[in-house]
Amino acid sequence: MNIQQMIRKNVRDCPPSGIRKYFDLLNEMEDAISLGVGEPDFQTPWNIREAGIYSLERGLTKYSANAGYIELRQEISNYVKRKYNLSYSFDGEILVTVGGSEGIDLALRALTGPGDEVIIPEPSFVAYKGCTIFTGADPVPLSLRQEDRFKLTPELLESAITPKTKVVIIAFPNNPTGAIMTREDLAKIVDVLKDKDIMVISDEIYAELTYGREHVSIAEFPEMRDRTIVVNGFSKAYSMTGWRLGYVLAHKDIIKAMNKIHQYAIMCAPTTSQKAAVEALKNGDDSIRVMRDEYNQRRRIMLNGYRKMGLECFEPEGAFYLFPCIKSTGLSSDEFAERLLKEQRVLVVPGTAFGDCGEGFVRTCYAESAEKLKEALRRMSVFLEQFR
Amino acid sequence: MLELLELLEKDSRLTTEEMAIRLGISKEDLEKQIKEYEEQGVIVGYTTMINWEKTEKENVTALIEAKVTPQRLEGFDRVAERIYKFPEVTNCYLMSGGFDLMVIIEGRTLKEVAMFVAHKLAPLESVLSTSTHFVLKKYKEKGRIFSKGETDEREAIFL
Ligand SMILES: Cc1ncc(COP(=O)(O)O)c(C=O)c1O
Repeated sequence: MNIQQMIRKNVRDCPPSGIRKYFDLLNEMEDAISLGVGEPDFQTPWNIREAGIYSLERGLTKYSANAGYIELRQEISNYVKRKYNLSYSFDGEILVTVGGSEGIDLALRALTGPGDEVIIPEPSFVAYKGCTIFTGADPVPLSLRQEDRFKLTPELLESAITPKTKVVIIAFPNNPTGAIMTREDLAKIVDVLKDKDIMVISDEIYAELTYGREHVSIAEFPEMRDRTIVVNGFSKAYSMTGWRLGYVLAHKDIIKAMNKIHQYAIMCAPTTSQKAAVEALKNGDDSIRVMRDEYNQRRRIMLNGYRKMGLECFEPEGAFYLFPCIKSTGLSSDEFAERLLKEQRVLVVPGTAFGDCGEGFVRTCYAESAEKLKEALRRMSVFLEQFR
Repeated sequence: MLELLELLEKDSRLTTEEMAIRLGISKEDLEKQIKEYEEQGVIVGYTTMINWEKTEKENVTALIEAKVTPQRLEGFDRVAERIYKFPEVTNCYLMSGGFDLMVIIEGRTLKEVAMFVAHKLAPLESVLSTSTHFVLKKYKEKGRIFSKGETDEREAIFL
């Protein structure tokens, strides 16, 4: 039997992540600094961890309802109302998932299949494309531009829409660019979409990490509420990546459809994490603020460092990434990343990992201590000397 | 700017230049702001946290609950002043509840602290009674945990 032939074609043909080689190199180095990760360096705040421990002590070791504990869904409902002015009922409009990741997968699986097109603005988080391919639908990459501060513009969106378009992914604050969309920016997108049969998957996992202004959800626009699936979660806001917990908000028919897949594929999200998440939503605002302030300080340290060494970088207002332009070195993103790692032991991710239009850029994550960031800046500056 | 104060409280050794970068303000504004805080007594001083247990210096800490009689007109402030002016006293708080003043004392040995209580504190006319508790181990002070922190457990994962 040819094992390879047994694997479904679109899975077999989907390329694996291209930056494995960097991590392998990194592991061999003693004192390398990684700006390559995509998760918070903070530990989950103790009150949240403690709530998880307590749930185990109480013996809460069974399944929850498929959609998640009612208590948690109620807290999510309160939270999204309080923070983003979104109204979703715990009863039928909220589904608790295994990370935002499951939410993205469920949304794509519930909505798309062969013959459908999914517009994916790039550079972009890698899961959208992969998950789209696995449903049999066609990903349609859309190149965002630095001169637009990596925002999605109505002209670009319009240019990508075809009769086959079923879904547009909107993901701000953005990984890997750190770009955000203001209410005005979103309003223009709403104008394009409001009378088309196109659904939006709005990945708002970094919503708590904005610097200077509050996050706005596209679902807050009344015309968009029922056309949007909001994906959110606990990983970034509360430093809870390993707990694997997220949620989706949508029209009740959509939630019902996603819950069908969820109940057969997953049953329910981890219950220890659900109990911890209740504590996070009830008593987590201060922790978020402390972490956000710290990220913001690091963001400024990095931005300032790049400016000083002459690396062009637009000022991102969200997430925990900077996306500097490295074209002035004459290197490709891949060469830049490889040489920087080999010569100065700093890991960055080539922009091309996030789509072809990422060429000429690298993603640097500042979820690292200020000490390490300053050392990384020093090394990068030494590295750049040779290109002057 | 509460963020400035929080930053200073966390690490007062940052240069003004770095603080200005972190807070996104000019160095001049930052220096002016710090000066104002100093003048207003918002910033009272700058110190270093030391875990004396790790040094050769002998050091004990005691918490003393003191019941005192308030003085006419001055209330507790006068009594407290008599007490907190001793250099051995590192902290002194007026308390609600079962006693009046919480006095924290550092000395070299148990004996030294006990002598201080017996000879200086207890005999004060306005001090009615004291109850001394010695610290056996310090786990955390001013938000700092003394034991080694958790290590970075993040794995190489692509996202
Ligand atoms: C943009 C974006 N969406 C979703 C996720 C998934 O997060 P999780 O599944 O941990 O909630 C990530 C993680 O890196 C991300 O960067």
